[in-house]
Formats: sequence, structure tokens, C-alpha cells
Amino acid sequence: MTAQPAIELRGITKTFGHVVANDNVNLEVNRGEILSILGENGSGKTTLMNMISGIYFPDHGSIFIDGQEVVIRSPKDAYRYRIGMVHQHFKLVDVFSAAENIALGLEDGEKFNLKKCAQRAQAISEQYGFEIDLGKKIYEMSVSEKQTVEIIKVLYRGADILILDEPTAVLTPQETQKLFAVLRRMRDDGKAIIIITHKLHEVLSLSDRVSVLCKGKYVGTVKTSETNENQLTEMMVGKKVTLNIGRSEPKDPQDRLVIKGLNCFNRAGVQILHDVSFSARSGEILGIAGIAGSGQRELLEAIAGLQHPASGEILYHNPKTGAIDNLRNKTPLQIRELGVRLSFVPEDRLGMGLVGNMDIVDNMMLRSYRKGKTAFLSRKQPKDLAESIIRQLEVVTPNASTPVRQLSGGNVQKVLVGREISSSPTVLMAAYPVRGLDINSSYIIYNLLNQQKERGVAVIFVGEDLDVLLELCDRILVIGSGYITGIVDARTTTKEEIGLLMTKAVSHETKGSEKGETDEKQ
Amino acid sequence: MFSTLIAFLPRAVAQGIPLLYGSTGEILTEKSGHLNLGIPGIMYVGGISGVIGAFLYERAAGTAEVIVPALAILITLLSSLLGSLLMGLIYCFLTVTLRANQNVSGLALTTFGIGFGNFFGGSLIKITNSDVPSITLTNTSNIFRTPLPFASKLGWFGEVFLSYGFLAYLAIAIAIVAAIVLKKTRVGLHLRAVGENPATADAAGINVNRYKYVSTCLGSMIAGLGGLYYVIDYANGVWSNNAFGDRGWLAIALVIFAVWKPGFAVLGSILFGGLYIVHNYIPGLTFATQELFKMSPYVVTILVLIIISMRRRRENQPPAHLGLSYFREER
Amino acid sequence: MKNNKATAHEPLFHIAKRDAVVWWKAWLIRLLALLAALIFAGVVTFFLTKENPLQIYATMFDGALGTARRRWSLGQNLAMLLCISLAVTPAFKMRFWNIGAEGQVLAGGLATTACMILLGDKLPSSVLLLVMVVTSILAGAIWALIPAFFKAHWNTNETLFTLMMNYIIMQLVSFFAYIWSVPKGSGQIGVINRSTQAGWLPKIGGQSYLLNIIIVAILTILMYIYLKYSKHGYEISVVGESENTARYIGINVKKVILRTLFLSGAVCGVAGLLLVAGTDHTITRDTAGGRGFTAILVSWLAKFNPLFMVVTSFLIVFLQKGATQISTKFGLNDSFSDIITGIIIFFIIGSEFFIQYTLKFRSFKKEANA
Repeated sequence: MTAQPAIELRGITKTFGHVVANDNVNLEVNRGEILSILGENGSGKTTLMNMISGIYFPDHGSIFIDGQEVVIRSPKDAYRYRIGMVHQHFKLVDVFSAAENIALGLEDGEKFNLKKCAQRAQAISEQYGFEIDLGKKIYEMSVSEKQTVEIIKVLYRGADILILDEPTAVLTPQETQKLFAVLRRMRDDGKAIIIITHKLHEVLSLSDRVSVLCKGKYVGTVKTSETNENQLTEMMVGKKVTLNIGRSEPKDPQDRLVIKGLNCFNRAGVQILHDVSFSARSGEILGIAGIAGSGQRELLEAIAGLQHPASGEILYHNPKTGAIDNLRNKTPLQIRELGVRLSFVPEDRLGMGLVGNMDIVDNMMLRSYRKGKTAFLSRKQPKDLAESIIRQLEVVTPNASTPVRQLSGGNVQKVLVGREISSSPTVLMAAYPVRGLDINSSYIIYNLLNQQKERGVAVIFVGEDLDVLLELCDRILVIGSGYITGIVDARTTTKEEIGLLMTKAVSHETKGSEKGETDEKQ
Repeated sequence: MFSTLIAFLPRAVAQGIPLLYGSTGEILTEKSGHLNLGIPGIMYVGGISGVIGAFLYERAAGTAEVIVPALAILITLLSSLLGSLLMGLIYCFLTVTLRANQNVSGLALTTFGIGFGNFFGGSLIKITNSDVPSITLTNTSNIFRTPLPFASKLGWFGEVFLSYGFLAYLAIAIAIVAAIVLKKTRVGLHLRAVGENPATADAAGINVNRYKYVSTCLGSMIAGLGGLYYVIDYANGVWSNNAFGDRGWLAIALVIFAVWKPGFAVLGSILFGGLYIVHNYIPGLTFATQELFKMSPYVVTILVLIIISMRRRRENQPPAHLGLSYFREER
Repeated sequence: MKNNKATAHEPLFHIAKRDAVVWWKAWLIRLLALLAALIFAGVVTFFLTKENPLQIYATMFDGALGTARRRWSLGQNLAMLLCISLAVTPAFKMRFWNIGAEGQVLAGGLATTACMILLGDKLPSSVLLLVMVVTSILAGAIWALIPAFFKAHWNTNETLFTLMMNYIIMQLVSFFAYIWSVPKGSGQIGVINRSTQAGWLPKIGGQSYLLNIIIVAILTILMYIYLKYSKHGYEISVVGESENTARYIGINVKKVILRTLFLSGAVCGVAGLLLVAGTDHTITRDTAGGRGFTAILVSWLAKFNPLFMVVTSFLIVFLQKGATQISTKFGLNDSFSDIITGIIIFFIIGSEFFIQYTLKFRSFKKEANA
């Protein structure tokens, strides 16, 4: 081991507009060591790593490689310092083979020879114990194989400082174990490895040291051998912050939406939701907590009729008629025609909830344009609605005929939420409704959700900030890797309890994936 | 029967060569993610530019005896290449640098190119005070059309394989080289990556815009040679306005038929060329049914298009980023 | 001290996407582009003719609008180009690149021709006209629906498909031109029903072009209303902007694609009817005359707004007529007008860049940070 760390960060600060993504972060990794960077969503882990790999440039602070100060301006610079990053979203060409992807962009001055390149990659792959067919096309590969290609690509370029951004988010437990074995071998080979994650058990089983970030701030670094899950959770979630979001007692909660045994697969055939059951009640805010990508999106989309679950029931209890309808595998239009008043604020605001190039009035019509028997649109009501939303929610816009694309994030969200609640829903689902919003706008959204709750609406709120979930919701459903890992009372639970539930999934995961495999065999 | 076939094949090849040039050029362009609908116009410009070059040289030289074959070839080729290069540059500037809509730019280029061809064709015709509405460059054409030696001595073999001017062999050579470059070289790998996923290519340190420019301009120059071949070789050096017809669109059809593989385009071009003229070799056809036969290349192309979209084999799809412009900050 | 190695050179400027340009600024940019194009075209013409540039522009005006006959001819050409532009617009708004308008017009025209020839002496004229209208609309629509069907179900590339469909119908027209040719075997249909004038659209006020112009004017307003104020038009916009949003609000995307292309083809069919029964009274493979392609430019330049299309198609027809006049007057070739049209379109297409993007010049603040 060398005396100097392979890479050291001192006082790194990066801001995007008014948002401080990294605030004075210090970090060091030695050769022959695996460092975990732990933090919740939005704690600035990826931003920090992007500065090491040349995608962003820090506002302040310095980076040292082997004790020398360096300036990294581009991914090319990063390669020069033998830094390689495996991004969460793979940068691979689908119709190319693994070997072709590895060779892409190489200018090694040698004559191009794909075979030779494949042989060299094969040697690297064998050295570290990867299992990969280099002639296979990317589109035929599983996610874990694609990840392997990305890692070999980085190693092929001679990287000895490796950064992996949430490498296990998309892997099964068995694949994760294989990856960890490979990473340990690389560590023993003298490479410095940084792995971004928010799964505690992985941190404890894999890394030598852990650095924790919380809301962009550096919390501290501990040796894995000297810590435990509880301490790490505490560091990661931070002290409880009181937000003063009002919360009333639910009045006469009744089952409104009952989900039973929902299973859902994505297009690639990977199971996203495993046997999900819960109920959402009227006059109550049900929070959904979980690491991003644990199946929240698919769950809400399945309820809204945008995903087709393989099995299970989505039962809607109609408060007017008392009828119970199964919404599973109905189209959004069929759901409406059943008289279900379901509102949905999707995560992807401008890509799904709104049309960016249309003005506010036309966006108001998205839900209601079918009204009336004539073939023509009536813009009168949407215009009134737009104007009242602009007034009531203090939307900052020149006028109601401004394209939504030109509004700021908070104002876009106000328009979307305003429209969704204007149809007096009986169920309101909101995915990350305050993401990217400033404090004021966030509170406007919280108040709106609370008003809906008081009106007897069953509100489902998917959030990432545990403090908000704890203060806003009545019950919190915790989802981990597509399983419900717990449903807790928001008034009595703690951040730590939720944090542990979010990352707990291990036992379920193994059990579930075995089940998944037998399913596939049948 | 055999003799009909021997007579038919060289005609099919001669019909196919302009299409082969056009589609090889278009394949290179499309591999960089650009659907260049200006190819028909570019082929006109390639043809007329060559004609202008040859015309000026023939005029300057005066009589047939003074014409130096090498010089005639060089001047004709260079002026043709220059013309189509300029067309390629216009298209690139609009679609790569200014990120304009590719369909609109391409169609405008075709309007412009056909107009350009017919305008200068018409002007030259006027200069020559010809009785017929065409320009004849017999001397240059004869040089271009010189068949391989021994062609006449080898019977049917010579007739089918050796009887063409050098531009025909060049077309096949270019297509094969293009196939090898795309498949076997680093440049080809990078080019394909640019058309499939420019963001990934960019991240891998490939200069996306440079690849787009070079492949599109090169593609234009190759396509332009198709126009040149048509006038100087196929049409015996006779330029008449609009004679080239809709062969440019047929070349684009051939790209699909060849599923974006220049190697397949070689065979496909002969097939298309054959389909284009087969009605002349089938006895008993009326004029009307002949017209139906001329439809066949397009019908075949549509069938291929439908089949590849239904089968969804990834290798046979158009480049994933075809028709879309790339802007790095939009990632 | 090691920094000098890493100091990457930053380009002088970089391109950034603009938020939005005020509408009048956008139109000002386009207008400037048009002016620049006219000047450039004037310079090109000057070098070819050595005429006084002002004389050149005056000749253009004269060629387009100089006499009553020219004005009528301009009106007719404008009407036909506008009609086809209207037809392609709903599909484009949906981001369906229908470049098969040429073929769809011919399909409508061929259906009209068939009715006129086969039924001309069998049906009373009013019934005949009705049958012509219905069949031409259906023919155009079917020609558009075939690629639309494959696009909706298998995502077959519509640009290439519609392009190929053009040449198939052209060959069909050539085929029928032999079948119905007068005299037999000439491959020319000639003027259909010259003596009986069966199936000819009526002349209004003695002007053979007036009916076409009126019909297209009505179509323009209808299309404007359809796109802007109807529920269908709204659905087209949503599908075009984002298929995800369309699914989110429960629009059946396949249905919208088929319905829109039916409309697109139907209007092309009407154009075919007007060309064959209204003015030409015959059909050749060039009856559409490239308008199917030019229409794409017209529609795109007008930002898919039918009212602006009146202006853009006027501009194009004006240029074509004007340039034709220049070529006649100064002894240039007819194709001169294509060159001029091409140049002007290049300029306008290019100007869109300055509406969507802005050039940001190197800031020195960044340098200081490094």
C-alpha cells in the first residue's frame, strides 16, 4: 500500500443554480480499498462522482491523484488519470457486440483488430472472473451482462480508480454476489474502488470504509469493521428536522382502493412488483417510501391503467354506488368510464403529465377535452380553470396562454397538481410531487394534498424525503425492490425504522427471486 | 433462352450501376443517422457537373484526336465529384450544423438539384444550338465506355462480366470497400455508433459532427458518380433533361432492400436493374403490362420494409438515430 | 503547475437551446432570412443575366401577377399546392412523415379518371359527380391508410413506405394510360369526354379555375378549425407531442394515426379530383407535378398552421412563376425557378436554427475559475 491515497477530494463544492449539490466535501480512497459512498436520493453522491469522472467541473475545491493536484475537465482527462466510471445508465450501442462496444472510441494508434481487442478483453475478464460472451450483442444481454461490459470497458482503458454508480440497483442477489466477488478481486489487485449505494447490508459486506453524504453535506467516514446498520442509518438520514406541515386526524377512513397480490413485469420480463397488497383509505394520506426505482412508478402506473400487471387485483370501492370494480388491465379511458375519479400526478411531468409545447389552457383540457357531445373543443371552462389555478396557486406566468415548457419547475408542478385535483377526485396519486421545488412551492403542494385529504380523498403520496413523509402522511408503506417491506404508522414510527425497512429487503429478495425463477420455468 | 439471358444480364447490370452508386452513397449517409432525401438531386448534379467538365474539355480540345483520355477522365470525374460534394456540404450544413429537419432539407435539395441539372443541361443545349434537346459527348463517353480487353474474345463470359466501362467496376469496388470499412474497421465501427447512438459515441470521445460531415459528403460524392455513369456510360454521353428520371428514389429504395448493407446492394442493384427492364425481355407483354412490371422494384422494397419491421431483427433495422439531429446538451 | 497540461481549449462559442422566442421575433428572423435569400437569389440571377437586379425583381412580379391570366394561373397553382399542403399537415402535426402526398393525389386523380371514362356515359351528371367525389376521396385515403396501418401496428418506417407508394401509383397511372389511351396504344389518355364534358367540374362565372380556388379556400378554413378547435385536432397535437401523455389521458394512439391518415389521404384525393376533373381533364403520371413534395415544405414553413400556409404557398408559387418569367424573358431555362426556390428554402430552413438555438460566446468567468 502506498502512503498517499489514490484519489483525494478536498473541499469540493458544486451548485446548480440555487441548489447546492455538494457542500465542502472531503474524501479519500486508497489503493487496494473499497470505499462506499452512502446517502439517500438527492444527497449528491452522483454529482460528486461526476466531478471525478470529468462530466461536471467543481465550483470550488481540489482533486489530488497520488498526491498531485489535477484538473479534470472531460471524461478523456479522467481516463488519462486512469479513472473510470460505470454510470447507472449504460452508455452502450445496442446493436453492437460486447467487443465492439469495448473497442468503441479507442485510439490506441494500433491497427484496428477486433479479434485482438476481444482477446485482450477476454483476458481481463478471466483475470477478474467475469462471465461474459464478448461476441454477444448488447440487446440480447441481461442488465447484469451489460454492466459487466461497462466494467470491462473501463478496465480495458487501463482504469485503476473505479467508480460504480449504484451498480446493484438493477441486479438480482445472485448477480450482486458475483459482482462483489469480482470487486474484491480487483481490490486485492491494488485498484481503488468507489461504489455508490444506499443499501446498508451491501455496504457492510463489501466495503472497507464508508463515507456518508446527507443533503449534499459530507457527514463523515467510518471503518466498516467499526460500525453497524443503526449508526449508518442515523448518519444517512440525519437528525430529524421539524417541518411544521399541518396534519389532521383522518375522518372516518374507509377502504377506497384495495390492492391484492399485484405482480408486474417490465418489458424485458424482469419482475418489478412482487405480490403487492395494501389498501388506500379515504380521508387519509398514504405515503410510499422506498429507494428510487423500487417499483413505485410501476405501482402507480398499474393503478392508473398504464401498466398491465400479470396478476392480482386493483379493487376500487365506489363511494357513490358502493360498487367494487377491478381496475386491473383496464385502459385509462375504461377506468374513467366506470365512474372512477382517479387523478394521477406522474413523476415525469413534462413527458407524461403535461404537454410542454402547449399552453396552460390546452394543458388543462388534457383530462376534460372529451366533455360535451359536439366534435369541438370548448376552451371556456379550461380557461377559467387555468386562470383560477394561476391565481390560487400563485403560478408565476405571463398569462394563461404561455407554453408550459417555459415555466419553472415549481410552476409546472402547480399547473399539473392543480389540474389533477380540479376534477374532484376520489383517489389522488402523486409521484414525487415536490421534487426540484423550492420550499414555498413545496408547502403549497403539501397544503393541497392535505385539503384533498380533508375532503375525503384517498391520497397516495410517493416521496423521497423521509422528514416530509413522517409529517405529512398518516400511514407509510415501505417498498423495497418491488416488495412491500412494511406498513407503518407515520405518527409513531422513526426515520431509522423506515430507513431500515427501505434497505431490509434481503430475505425477501432471495426468497422472491427463487420464486421468480420457478415461475419462469413453468 | 440462353442468348436472351446473355443479352439481358449486361443491360440489367448497366441499369443497376447508377442505383448501386446512389444506394452505396445513401447507406454511408444513413449510417451516420442522416436520411438524405436529396440523393435524387445530388445524382442529377453529379451527372451535369461531369457533363459540364467534359463539355468544356472537349470544346477546349477541339477535335477527337487531341483529346487525352486520361485528362478527359480526370476532368470529368473531378468536376462531377466537386458538384456533388458541394451538394453534400449544403445538406450537412443545414442538417448537422444547423440541425434543420432532414426530410425538409433533403426534399429542398432534390428540388434544387434537379433544377440545377436541368438548368445547366438546358443552357448547354442552347450553347450548342443543337436540333435535338440533348448534348452529346461521344468522345468522352467512348473513353469511359472502353470495355476490358479480351471482352469480345471470351464469348458470353466476356459479354456478361467484362463488357462494361471502368465506372461500373468502380461502383462494385466502392460498394465492397464500403462494406469492409463499415464492418471491419475502426472508422466503420465509429460511424455505425454515430448513427445508432450519438450520445454514446460522443461520450466515447468520437467527434460526432465530423463523422456526420465526412460520411454524408462522401456519400454524396459516391451518389453523384451514379448520375455521371448514367450520362457518360449508360446513355452514351447524351444528356437530355429529366432523362435520369426517378432512379434517385429507386436508389433510396435499394438501401432498404439491401437492409443497409452495401454488399447486398451490389446484388440488389442488378436485381433492381433487371426488374426495371425485364419487361423488354418477356415476350407477349403489352405496353400496359410493361408499366406494371416497372412497378416491381417498389413493391419488392415495400415488402422488405414490412417484413423487417414485423420481424424486428435488430440487425436489419434502420440506424436507430436515423432522421434525428443530435444536440449534446439535450442528453 | 501541472495545470497547463490539462487546460482544455474551450471553443469560442457553444450552442445552447433557447427557451422560447417571442412570436414576432421568430417571424422577424424568418423575414430576414427571406430577404437575405431574395438578395442572394438576385445576385445569382444577376450573374447569369447581367441584368439590373431591380429589373429582375420587377420581372418576377410581372411574371406572377402581371396579367389577369397570370393571376388566375397563380391562383390555380396556389390553390392546388395549398390543398395538398393542407392534406399533409394533420399527419405532420402527429409527427407522421407522410411524403406520399404525390401518390395519394394521383390515387384520387386515377379514381376520378376511372369514373369519368367508365361511367361518363352511363350516369346522369349529378350522380356521376357524386360518385367521383366519393371514389376519389376513398382512393386517396386508402393510399394513405396502407402505410398508416403498418406504422400503427408494426411501426414500419412511414417516410420510406409512403415514398415507395408514390412510384407504385405512378406506374398504375401509366398502366391505365395505355388501357384507356386515345388513340389506342399511344399511352396518352388525352382529354376525357371532350364532347360530352361528362364528369367535368362546372365552371363558375366562366372561370375554369374559380371553383378549385373556392373549394380550397373552404378547405383551408375547415382544416384550420379542425386542427385548432376540434377534439380530433387536439388529439393529433397530443399524440404528436408525446405518445406517453396520449396514453396517460387514454387516447387510443393507433386509432388516431389511422383516422388522421384517412383524413390526410382524403384531402389529397380531393386535390386529385380537382386537378383531373376541374382543370386538366386528363391524367398523366406527372399530374401532381411534384406538389406532393413541395407541400411538405409549405406546411413545415408555416409551422403547420393552415392560415400561414396561404402565405407560404403563395410565396412558393410566386417564386416559381416569377422565376419562370425571368427564364423566359432572359432566355434562361425553365428549371431556373427550381434553383431559385431551392435557394430560398435553404435560407428559410437554415433560419429556424436561430429561432431554436442561440450562440453563447465564451465567458471569461469560467477561465478565471480554472
